[in-house]
Amino acid sequence: MAKAAESSGEPGTTSPRPLFAGLSDISISQDIPVEGEITIPMRSHIREFDSSTLNESVQNTIMRDLKAVGKKFMHVLYPRKSNTLLRDWDLWGPLILCVTLALMLQRSSVDSEKDGGPQFAEVFVIVWFGAVTITLNSKLLGGNISFFQSLCVLGYCILPLTVAMLVCRLVLLAEQGPINFMVRLFVVIVMFTWSIVASTAFLADSQPPNRKALAIYPVFLFYFVISWMILTFTPQ
Amino acid sequence: MAAVGDLQFEEFGNAAATAAENPGATTISIEGPGESPAHQAGLPRGSGGEEDDELLGNDDSDKTELLAGQKKSSPFWTFEYYQTFFDVDTYQVFDRIKGSLLPIPGKNFVRLYIRSNPDLYGPFWICATLVFAIAISGNLSNFLIHLGEKTYHYVPEFRKVSIAATIIYAYAWLVPLALWGFLMWRNSKVMNIVSYSFLEIVCVYGYSLFIYIPTAVLWIIPQKAVRWILVMIALGVSGSVLAMTFWPAVREDNRRIALATIVTIVLLHTLLSVGCLVWSHSCDLPVCLRYKC
Repeated sequence: MAKAAESSGEPGTTSPRPLFAGLSDISISQDIPVEGEITIPMRSHIREFDSSTLNESVQNTIMRDLKAVGKKFMHVLYPRKSNTLLRDWDLWGPLILCVTLALMLQRSSVDSEKDGGPQFAEVFVIVWFGAVTITLNSKLLGGNISFFQSLCVLGYCILPLTVAMLVCRLVLLAEQGPINFMVRLFVVIVMFTWSIVASTAFLADSQPPNRKALAIYPVFLFYFVISWMILTFTPQ
Repeated sequence: MAAVGDLQFEEFGNAAATAAENPGATTISIEGPGESPAHQAGLPRGSGGEEDDELLGNDDSDKTELLAGQKKSSPFWTFEYYQTFFDVDTYQVFDRIKGSLLPIPGKNFVRLYIRSNPDLYGPFWICATLVFAIAISGNLSNFLIHLGEKTYHYVPEFRKVSIAATIIYAYAWLVPLALWGFLMWRNSKVMNIVSYSFLEIVCVYGYSLFIYIPTAVLWIIPQKAVRWILVMIALGVSGSVLAMTFWPAVREDNRRIALATIVTIVLLHTLLSVGCLVWSHSCDLPVCLRYKC
């Protein structure tokens, strides 16, 4: 057996010492019983892993998801090249942001006689259909990002614009006038740029190199339209 | 048993020597990874059993020539089918937009820029941008007209976006469909040298709408004269792109029908542009009369 092991080690440049060469030297005496107990030291949370998420308290579940969402918010606010958003995508964050934005943007009275601002459903539809269209576009251009990953990134990068909406609503509580408008314009422009930079940092790598601009332009248009809706929001 | 010498690998490195030996031999050279990239396709090489290497097609230029005429056609229910319509690079899209902005007499937009690679990216996103440009600029110009009036309450006029979108997308798809049908019908009667596929017509129409985006933005200026000059320029540019594209397709036909076709194309284009811009910048009639908009 040792010889076979030796010859199998032949093709290498230097023949390594055959692995089980020393085995033939070992002899097991007949009168030592080989029996006993084997204990494998397992870390406690491996045992938990199988059934843990069913048995844990509701607070744990919610906090875990909230922490994941919060972590992604941080990634959007301080964009640098990382693929946390892409790797563990989730759609909770985009849903929260979209609902918040739509709630703030909708016109207050249902029966305004003139053409007014968007309704809740219209904002919702614009955000989600816009994101779906952009995702389809980038996939058709040959990008290798999955559908939900792209939705996740686009949804999370609405965060700066939602912050802008909050700021604008606060600013609108003060008296209206050109200064008011200038402040709002400035805030919206800064947040718009932030959104574009954040989403580009996450999305640009997944596009083929000579089509990056083609894939980024719809993102620009999407956030521009949302910024326009935020900027032109007037309370009734 | 064959002698070992018969199975020796022959060196074909010296092409010139081989050519000198048999001047009549056809030879094929194959690029290896370490060979010089300055490989000339016409270099004569060793003879005999290398014919199958030619079939392997290691020469890139041959391969691209073969494939240029035939696009991969997947069945229409797969995703890859639609990917063939988005097979453009950034510089190609820019070139096509540039071609639509600068119509050169005698140069056909389709032949020059599209070259049997029609894309749907340009038409779709140019139409989308145009929809939002018209809606936003209409909104802005209304706002600027009423600036300073205490009684005016600004409304974003969101409904205009959906109406503008319907009109522009319908124009960009239905008119090419009608035109394509018409050209196919005329083609069956009169043998035309130039004929376009449906997607190429959609492409031309889509890219010809690009000039209206800066026009819509500049229409914010409330001066009537400026607005109409802008519309004339835009109409001239895009109308001439369309006319120069479709003139070769109807040229061989009956003179009257050819002229009628071109006139109809330009007329529809005029209707779209003027109609959309005027409608989006419309305001109440008394205000209109007062500000002469």
